[in-house]
Amino acid sequence: MLLITFAGLFKILPNKSEEITMSDDKNNILDEVTQGEYKYGFFTDIEMETAPKGLDEGTIRFISEKKKEPEWMLDFRLKAFERWKTMKEPNWAHLNIPPIDYQNIIYYAAPKKKPQLDSLDDVDPELLETFNKLGISLDEQKRLTGVAVDAVFDSVSVKTTFQDTLKKHGIVFCSFSEAVQNHPDLVKKYMGSVVPAGDNYFAALNSAVFSDGSFCYIPPGVRCPVELSTYFRINSAGTGQFERTLIVADEGAYVSYLEGCTAPMRDENQLHAAVVEIVALKDAEVKYSTVQNWYPGDKNGKGGVYNFVTKRGMCKGNQSKISWTQVETGSAITWKYPSCVLLGDNSIGEFYSVAVTNNHQQADTGSKMTHIGKNTKSTIISKGISAGFSNNSYRGLVKIARRAENSRNFSQCDSLLLGDKCGAHTFPYIDTGNSSSIVEHEATTSKISDDQLFYCLQRGIDTEKAIGLIVNGYAKEVLKQLPMEFAVEAQKLLAVSLEGSVG
Amino acid sequence: MLNIKNLHVAIEGKEIIRGLNLEVKAGEVHAIMGPNGTGKSTLAAVVAGKEGYDVTQGEVLYHHKDLLEMATEERALEGIFLGFQYPVEIPGVSMTNFMRTALNEQRKYRGLDPIPPGEFLERMEKAKKLVDIHDKLTNRSVNEGFSGGEKKRNEIFQMAMLEPTLAILDETDSGLDIDALKVVAHGVNMLKSKDNATIVITHYQRLLEYIIPDFVHVLFDGKIVKSGGKELAIELEEKGYEWLKAEAV
Ligand SMILES: Nc1ncnc2c1ncn2[C@@H]1O[C@H](COP(=O)(O)OP(=O)(O)OP(=O)(O)O)[C@@H](O)[C@H]1O
Ligand SMILES: [Mg+2]
Repeated sequence: MLLITFAGLFKILPNKSEEITMSDDKNNILDEVTQGEYKYGFFTDIEMETAPKGLDEGTIRFISEKKKEPEWMLDFRLKAFERWKTMKEPNWAHLNIPPIDYQNIIYYAAPKKKPQLDSLDDVDPELLETFNKLGISLDEQKRLTGVAVDAVFDSVSVKTTFQDTLKKHGIVFCSFSEAVQNHPDLVKKYMGSVVPAGDNYFAALNSAVFSDGSFCYIPPGVRCPVELSTYFRINSAGTGQFERTLIVADEGAYVSYLEGCTAPMRDENQLHAAVVEIVALKDAEVKYSTVQNWYPGDKNGKGGVYNFVTKRGMCKGNQSKISWTQVETGSAITWKYPSCVLLGDNSIGEFYSVAVTNNHQQADTGSKMTHIGKNTKSTIISKGISAGFSNNSYRGLVKIARRAENSRNFSQCDSLLLGDKCGAHTFPYIDTGNSSSIVEHEATTSKISDDQLFYCLQRGIDTEKAIGLIVNGYAKEVLKQLPMEFAVEAQKLLAVSLEGSVG
Repeated sequence: MLNIKNLHVAIEGKEIIRGLNLEVKAGEVHAIMGPNGTGKSTLAAVVAGKEGYDVTQGEVLYHHKDLLEMATEERALEGIFLGFQYPVEIPGVSMTNFMRTALNEQRKYRGLDPIPPGEFLERMEKAKKLVDIHDKLTNRSVNEGFSGGEKKRNEIFQMAMLEPTLAILDETDSGLDIDALKVVAHGVNMLKSKDNATIVITHYQRLLEYIIPDFVHVLFDGKIVKSGGKELAIELEEKGYEWLKAEAV
């Protein structure tokens, strides 16, 4: 697995509600649309050390040992593995999942060379090349943004001065493995506190074999001065990817965290089962944004990543807030429901999602908002876009506990269909335990009309670009939640993902 | 510039245009009038290249090229502009973004770089002034929530931005109050030059008091049954279309 962690790669947004101006960037994006194809499909040939295929207790001990983990971490893994063995894959989603042979997967892969590096010059040139292909030239980013970058390729870490700035604020931002070594108390306290090891089949699997991921802790009263960002990439063949992210915002803290991901094009399917846990204490706010772009498989549905992810945030303290924004364009199959448990009074949960499926992709995604504290508020804005032969489902649960008086939820689930061979489905579940709370649900299904297309064509905008425009317009409410640079990336992806879907 | 010869067009097997001839030269303004449902919008749609229309006979030449062979967007890029009778809404796409995209497509087609932001803004300001359109409108999504009159002004605004060679305005005057009508007509007149041409489709002689046509044609039952100067419009206003029926046969 390749894990790249960036601190401050993206500028801080001057104003949250600022509209995305789809100006120059937008047009550049649209120019790129014509190139199409999955452009992250390259494979980097770096010498890897891998575990033998298959999963048993030995595999888990092997992983833990490779990572030089303390006893408590190994225990956590082994307990999770015991749970996993008793569990079954969930089958309630509107997905057609081919059987997965869990013994035919490599659960550990890391680059062989692991020197501690002091500067970019010491980095494996292959690795730098990978960054470049991902569009992340470290030098470039440094020069342009004037901020330092922290890149981690497993334990190969390029430390930069920016870590010092974070340190000055007491912010911890590192790989999960490093956190286990250097911040065991924090990890022990919060890991599994939001997504217990036995929460579901894939969470249990992840808890047993997770490879790496990001860890982030913001101390009380600190507003993280930059966006924290991580890029994940599956690289080795036949390897499953199981990353784990834990974000803790202590009382009154604020952080905006971004995650992006890509994978090489391969004929066989690759399994990805991640866990993300977020904890927001009293008055804290966490904004989590992701652009998911795992390889979706080819036009005929061959290959692609199976993306089975458990993401959950706990608004633990009063007045805390967690906001999920996701742009889902990749993966052959997506099973993902970023959720919020609103434990603290007056806490707020938000979920903004754009999910695109094209060709033979399948997505079953949505959110779960569990209101427990009084006066809690949640918002769900879901925009599904289906094209080709794909299936796109929204699944949501809004649960209001009896004691969660005066709580409110607003859900808006829109589906946009391109073509007539794709499917859009909405499964909203509502469970209200008291009468002082209000739950509102709105849903629409629409198509891009011929008249809209003709209007664009008549102004000289070709079909592909017109669809890019219309789809981005449709998804604007969600896209504007993203930090600027990420939004630009997301717009581009939307357009590229839908290429060739009409006309 | 535009030369339509013996055009026959059918929609779903039903012949709507039945042997239409029309020649438009650079610098001219043509008005097309005629009762409801006689094929005026159909003619505009066929010239602009909307799908779903079968040209069963005849030809359409544009600058001596076979227009019917050209893709819809190519026709637009070659300078054909259609002011829609019923402009559609495109939610979430701001007018500004829409115009910039369209303009840059045009520039790309002509081998030019994307328009610099400053120049774009200047052009927007000029076009806005020309049709007296507010920032409020250009900041909103394309036609979304625009009133009927605002939509029509917005069409002329786009025309001013794109500077077409051949503009076809399909009932741009209907739904406009008298002041708006003057504004729109003023816009069209300002954009007029010896190199471009305009076809206005209208039901009202009123518009032609402000946009002086060189020719007025009456479209009846899929054919042009009478052509004349601007005095024909006045005659139509007085007499209606009944008296022309005989000529349609
Ligand atoms: N998509 C369509 N399918 C079927 N019939 C159509 C379609 N479009 C137009 N028609 C028919 O073709 C005929 C001509 O329509 P058109 O819109 O060109 O008339 P028009 O002259 O523009 O009328 P108006 O003055 O009311 O705008 C009408 O009978 C109309 O019902
Ligand atoms: Mg009409």
